[in-house]
Amino acid sequence: MTFLVRDVIDVAELLDAVGGHGKGGTVMFFGTVRAGPEDGPVVAIEYSAYDEMAERECARIVGEALDRWPETTVALKNRMGRVPVGEASVGIAVAAPHRSEAFDACRYIIDEVKKRVPIWKREFLSDGGERWLENKETASEY
Amino acid sequence: MRCLFFARYAELLDTESLEIVLPSDATVADAIGRVRASVPGADQLPEQPMVARNQEHVRIDTSLSDGDELAFLPPLAGG
Repeated sequence: MTFLVRDVIDVAELLDAVGGHGKGGTVMFFGTVRAGPEDGPVVAIEYSAYDEMAERECARIVGEALDRWPETTVALKNRMGRVPVGEASVGIAVAAPHRSEAFDACRYIIDEVKKRVPIWKREFLSDGGERWLENKETASEY
Repeated sequence: MRCLFFARYAELLDTESLEIVLPSDATVADAIGRVRASVPGADQLPEQPMVARNQEHVRIDTSLSDGDELAFLPPLAGG
């Protein structure tokens, strides 16, 4: 699986990737670029990554989720480049025999992605301003 | 060894990579100190930035080997 994509995250493709007859529950999460409210309207966010490490770290996180919830199937995509307000920058799908594993695994994956995957974003504002952003979850133990 | 810089750090240093030479018993902290002391703009890096050795997160007391790749990672913002 390639975890970094350059185009719009395809919802149907994510869903198809995790489906199966033994799956009774599917959870999807999308992180979308929002316009604010702080510091004026945002028009877009540009995402960049340490591509090779980001791919490996995503694979590790997915592997950990599958170890912890072995009956799940998982799909994860992070969009790179300029993403306009309202479009998804990250998409996750998790299917499981029962909903609780799907919710738990999906939550684990997005939390670990935010803490560990080397992705950065620069926000573009409507007044022409730009700034680098950071996650409050960014890992502190290293 | 090769040092890599990304996002805001690449802007601060005006480069995405450079080579440094360290003693054989050097740690990640030594590499950070060398970069901060010798590269223009690098004194604006944190004293303990997040770092990855060969594409894995490591602590700053981790030992380095010749040929390692050390990435300086600004605060993450994925998701």
